[in-house]
Amino acid sequence: MKYVDEFRDPEQARKWLEKISALAKQVQAGKDRPLHIMEVCGGHTHTIFRYGIKQMLPPEIELVHGPGCPVCVLPMGRVDDCLALAEHPEVILTTFGDAMRVPGSLKSLLQAKAEGADVRMVYSPTDALSIARKHPDKEVVFFALGFETTMPSTALTVLQAEEEGIKNFSLFCNHITIIPTIKAILDSPDLQLDGFLGPGHVSMIIGQHPYLFIADEHKKPLVIAGFEPLDILQSIWMILNQLKEQRHEIENQYGRVVQVEGNHNALEAIEKVFELREFFEWRGLGSIERSGVRVREGYALYDAERKFSIPNLKIADPKSCQCGEVLRGTLKPKDCKVFGTTCTPETPLGALMVSTEGACAAYYSYGRMDSFESKRETTT
Amino acid sequence: MCLGIPGKIVEITNAENKLALVDVAGVKREVNIVCIVDDEHPPESCLGDWVLIHVGFAMTRINEEEAARTLELLHELGELQEEFQAMKNSEKENP
Repeated sequence: MKYVDEFRDPEQARKWLEKISALAKQVQAGKDRPLHIMEVCGGHTHTIFRYGIKQMLPPEIELVHGPGCPVCVLPMGRVDDCLALAEHPEVILTTFGDAMRVPGSLKSLLQAKAEGADVRMVYSPTDALSIARKHPDKEVVFFALGFETTMPSTALTVLQAEEEGIKNFSLFCNHITIIPTIKAILDSPDLQLDGFLGPGHVSMIIGQHPYLFIADEHKKPLVIAGFEPLDILQSIWMILNQLKEQRHEIENQYGRVVQVEGNHNALEAIEKVFELREFFEWRGLGSIERSGVRVREGYALYDAERKFSIPNLKIADPKSCQCGEVLRGTLKPKDCKVFGTTCTPETPLGALMVSTEGACAAYYSYGRMDSFESKRETTT
Repeated sequence: MCLGIPGKIVEITNAENKLALVDVAGVKREVNIVCIVDDEHPPESCLGDWVLIHVGFAMTRINEEEAARTLELLHELGELQEEFQAMKNSEKENP
């Protein structure tokens, strides 16, 4: 396929790597540590591991995997809250497949389902709404999660339910928002970052402007990147180029999908249905101010937190689990005490092992390949 | 969940509710197109467009090359298979 070749061309990759190497040497000279570039998005983490980009980069650059995998940052207590909701005899609990595998303190939703709870996996929140249409005698709760990429779909489904007058559909809303998360990372004292690869699909919704504070206040470059291996290489080069020229700007490498202003209709739906919570609890990162959203009062009918009493459980992660340090980028997955032993993709202990976009699962699946193997894979 | 999946709009099933049938590498499914319609792009005009779909919602228009590239990437990442499985399971569990 000619389209694909253009973005996988090994010759092109080599050229970018040469340019990156030369620039990285210049920029890193005089520093006592490698340059730290964080990829915020779990999709980027997946590409980086799948194509062995980590191993191809010169030693002057270290990629730090960010918290951009929504199921990975979901605290155990929220899963337990879901299990409590699913215990109501009238409730059909619905959610995405990834969310069903996240371990709670006793079990995951998938295990609860195997034990007889009415938990159903859906591809889209609109499928959950269809279930509500078919079962007017039941309350269909959609366990909503994700960053701004999935937030519009949930908001629009609520608006659809309202339009049709469906009253037995509600959200257990666990959506999170990207900007306060990046802020929290920038404010964390043990982390030194030199630049960011900005998330592609979140940016497609929110546009470029919300990132400006990263450049203006924190003086760091951010480049919104596509998901192809060459997109990532080019974006890394763009970050290095900014560092070399002592610029700190928000640049967009993924212009073929991301518009400066974002998606107007999606943002409007989000604004209509959701409002910021004062605080939201993250796995590994603790409580982050104004980082989660809840359903606005005007849509209380569609808010499971108002319709049911939710236990709001706070459960500490297992002591052996070091997801927090990995999420903050201060520990590499393979250095976690339980990595690959008691915590594997088949039996995840920590959330970072659950999703293919989680740093630990990616390390487990691809990280063990030696660099030659990864290079060969990318160039064939 | 977070990576969009490309599909081609093959039928406008409900212009009023902004619903359309998309073809994702041979698999057909109804999606909501409200995020890609405006005064300049009424639902009827979206027929034949390539779009990036997130959990049942078309979020942006892309060109055919971008669609082909993204499908190939998702295939290599194993995410295409996962998405298809999710669509199938969703139908199977909720007939």
